[in-house]
Amino acid sequence: MKIIVNGEALEPGAPTLAALLDDLGKGAAKVATSVNEAFVPKHQRTDHSLHDGDRVEIVAPRQGG
Amino acid sequence: MPTFYGTEVTSRLMLGTAQYPSPAVLADAFRRSGAGIATVSVRREAGGDQAGQDFWALIRDLGVAVLPNTAGCYSVREALTTAQMARELFDTNWIKLEVIGHADTLQPDPFGLVEAAAQLAEDGFEVFPYCTEDMVLCERLVEVGCKVLMPWGAPIGTGLGLNNIYGLRSLRAHFPDIPLVVDAGLGLPSQAAHAMELGYDAVLLNTAVAKAGDPAAMAQAFGLAVEAGALAATADPMDARDMAAPSTPVFGKAML
Repeated sequence: MKIIVNGEALEPGAPTLAALLDDLGKGAAKVATSVNEAFVPKHQRTDHSLHDGDRVEIVAPRQGG
Repeated sequence: MPTFYGTEVTSRLMLGTAQYPSPAVLADAFRRSGAGIATVSVRREAGGDQAGQDFWALIRDLGVAVLPNTAGCYSVREALTTAQMARELFDTNWIKLEVIGHADTLQPDPFGLVEAAAQLAEDGFEVFPYCTEDMVLCERLVEVGCKVLMPWGAPIGTGLGLNNIYGLRSLRAHFPDIPLVVDAGLGLPSQAAHAMELGYDAVLLNTAVAKAGDPAAMAQAFGLAVEAGALAATADPMDARDMAAPSTPVFGKAML
C-alpha cells in the first residue's frame, strides 16, 4: 500500500490512521488529521483504515497572522 | 472592551504570531503590547520535529485567547477542513476565516467566503471573517451568522494602512452593533489609532510588529495607539473645517 503523508510517499505497515501516527512518533503529539481532504477527528483515528492512494495530512499548531 | 461571541476580551489589539525573529521576541511583543488575542495557524511539521508542540507551549504560557486562522486556503473545502482541524487542535469554536481569491493581493474571495461562513456557522463555529469593506458582502456574512466582521485596511503584509476610509466609515455606520475589526494592511501605530477613531472595536495585525527592527517596542506602540484612538472615539472629536478659526480669543487683544 502506498499513501501520501504530508506530501511525501510512504509505504506504511500501519493499517489505521492511529497506528500511522504511532509509527511516525506522533501518537501523543498535539496534531489534527485529514484523509483525502476530509477531517478525521481524533476519536475516529483508531477506526479509520488506510487505503492505497490515500492522502493524509497531519498538522500541528503553528505561527499565524 | 469589545465582546466577540459573548466573550469580552482584555484588549483592542489582536496580534499575529508569525515572522518574529525568535520565540522570545514574540513573547516579549505580547507582554509589552497587552494584546489579548493571538492568531495562530495549523501547518505540517517537518518529519520528526517538535516545532508545533514547542510553539503551542509558548502560546499557552502567554495566557491570551487563541484565534486560529484558515490562512492560505483558496477553496471552500480547504477552508472548512482547515477550520475543523483547528477547532480540534485549539479547542475553540473561534475561527478567523480566510478564503483567498487572488494570489497577488491576497484579497478575500467574497463568494467562497460567504459559502464557507454559512457552513461553518451551521456547524457551530464562531466565524471571524477576513473580508473587504464591501457593504453587500458584509451584509451577506451577517445574514449567514457572522457576529463579527474583519474588513481589511489594505492587502496583507503591505503596511499601506487604511486604503478606503470612506468604506470603513460607511461600514461602521451601517453596522453599529456588530463588532468591527480592521484586519490586515496596517503598518504604523497611527493607522491603528485612526481605525479606532473611526469607531472600530479592535485591530488585528502581525507583520507591522514582527518585521519592525524592534518588534516588542513596536508592539507596545501599537498597544498605546489603539488605546489612544479608542479613547478619542468616545470623546466626540471636533468637526473638521476648511477655513481657519483662531483658538486664542480675539476679544481683548491689545490695539498696537
